[in-house]
Amino acid sequence: MNTVGKRLKDFGAFWYDFVVGDDWRVAVVVLLALLATFGLSKTSVAAWWLMPAAVAVILPVSLWSARKR
Amino acid sequence: MTGTGGALFAAVFLACAVEAVEAVTIVLAAGTARDWKSAGYGVGAGLAVLAAITAVLGPAVTAIPLGALRLVVGGLLLIFGLQWLRKAVLRASGHKDLHDEDAIFARELAAAKSAQAQTRFSVPDWYAFTLSFKGVLLEGLEVVFIVLTFGANAHDVPLAALAAVVAVVLVVAVGIAIKAPLARVPENTMKFVVGVMLTSFGMFWGAEGADAHWPGDDAALLVIVPCVAVYALGWVSVLRRSAPRTAEPSPASELMGA
Repeated sequence: MNTVGKRLKDFGAFWYDFVVGDDWRVAVVVLLALLATFGLSKTSVAAWWLMPAAVAVILPVSLWSARKR
Repeated sequence: MTGTGGALFAAVFLACAVEAVEAVTIVLAAGTARDWKSAGYGVGAGLAVLAAITAVLGPAVTAIPLGALRLVVGGLLLIFGLQWLRKAVLRASGHKDLHDEDAIFARELAAAKSAQAQTRFSVPDWYAFTLSFKGVLLEGLEVVFIVLTFGANAHDVPLAALAAVVAVVLVVAVGIAIKAPLARVPENTMKFVVGVMLTSFGMFWGAEGADAHWPGDDAALLVIVPCVAVYALGWVSVLRRSAPRTAEPSPASELMGA
């Protein structure tokens, strides 16, 4: 890989690590929860509970997979 | 200062203090093991780049419509917050080693001592310069992000900036005074609190940005923050039961108030 390519790769890796971090599933669930909240907010059903529900699910999932065995 | 303003100040202060402790540890290692002058140049260059980034990002962030800003920033804060909270819970329950500034300082010191000296662009010791520069820039980037996003979302960038300045000045002053890593700062507890705050504000702003309306509006934060804290502490308690014997659990006094 040439120098420019390597630098671009390093730059992308830095931002991936900065934004997404150790567990990509957290980012995916947050994104899906935001989309679902937006969709639900367009109906007559209250949508505020979706984000807390997503956090309540993804935190233990992420913790469980990262624990030492 | 309102309740929300107080929470904003506390969240930004704690987050920035944690980042400042990490940056000070790196700069101290560079200065102690190598060359204080070069480490100082590195700090100056890092701060200059951060100032340039803030000058570009600041007006851009505050110019974004509030709804879009809350959606994007709320999502990012929530991702950051959950990562911080995850690490804090794993540390507190003994599933991850505690963040130890003494150990980090010793590691950086050993690496710095073994590197060869090289003069570049009138900087006497290029290694000390780059080590300080990277430390200040990387930790500072998080400070800038937190100040701009929290400040813009809460319509109070000056308060967020004030909290950051107070935190950084305090940590740097203590670091200069003792010229040693700030090992006595309860960093793991602070990271837990910051994780709770980032997760709570991220949830709140993210949902509002997605057009949801919280019962009680801003007052909902007074319920969300303690609920997130209790939920995370509950998982600390659950995971402690399955902690490996070799791992050293966090002192109970640090997180559980025991």
